[in-house]
Amino acid sequence: MPALPLDEAGKYVAGAYVVFVALILVYVAIIGAKIARIGREIGELAAEDDE
Amino acid sequence: MHSKGLVPLAWASAVTLTVAFALVFFYAPLDADQGFVQKIFYVHVPMAIVALGGFVAGGIMAIMHLRSGDRSWDMRSYVAIHLSIILGFGVLATGAIWARASWGHWWVWDEPVLVSFLVVVLLYCVYYPLRFSIEDPDRQARYSSVFAIAAGAFVPLNFIAVRLAEAYTHPRVLSQTGGSLPGEMRLTFLVALLGMTLLFVTLWKLELTAKNASMQLKKLRTRARVAA
Repeated sequence: MPALPLDEAGKYVAGAYVVFVALILVYVAIIGAKIARIGREIGELAAEDDE
Repeated sequence: MHSKGLVPLAWASAVTLTVAFALVFFYAPLDADQGFVQKIFYVHVPMAIVALGGFVAGGIMAIMHLRSGDRSWDMRSYVAIHLSIILGFGVLATGAIWARASWGHWWVWDEPVLVSFLVVVLLYCVYYPLRFSIEDPDRQARYSSVFAIAAGAFVPLNFIAVRLAEAYTHPRVLSQTGGSLPGEMRLTFLVALLGMTLLFVTLWKLELTAKNASMQLKKLRTRARVAA
């Protein structure tokens, strides 16, 4: 197949990089939310312990 | 709650990947054959190499677990495999986009590199049901480690088998003769590979931090329940 013109190739290249960035962002958001929730729950347990 | 060295590692990954992507779009020349579409190569191939490396690393950590009996090695192995599967799906998605742009098809079933990578990812998808169908934590860790070692050994064997295959529709990047990448492309590729490796290690440490914190929370809850 001949090389695609830049305007058409750009869509595919952008798509591939967006897939990569989205994958990483979603993963980091999920793990970050999990760490934040655990931190909050540990804080609550520590507060209960102090009482 | 962050593990030691996570923040500098995250910064190193972000900076290296930013430099890599800047090199991709402003330094690396356009491919004479594929043109602009070949830029997908700099995200697709490093991600594939790191994913396969992660599977092998998971197998090595599983060996460490079986040798030492230390369950933290099993957790490290699990996180490495989990991350590699996520990257594996990224490789399949970016590969499909690249295939559509350069071959006109989203998937080519008679291409050994594509099919063998799919086989590796599907093989590792079995890891989750195997692991989580076992309730006893020691047995779970032991069986998961055996799987991780067997599957981890399959990855390089699969790679060699594909190399020996005759159909070569999929381009060769790294070969014994040095591959076919000119200097600027090679430098860009190596920086992207370094960035992807750093990203993998950062995310691995991040997920391990979450796992360790979760275990700490479980212990605290049990202690609080006993005290009450």
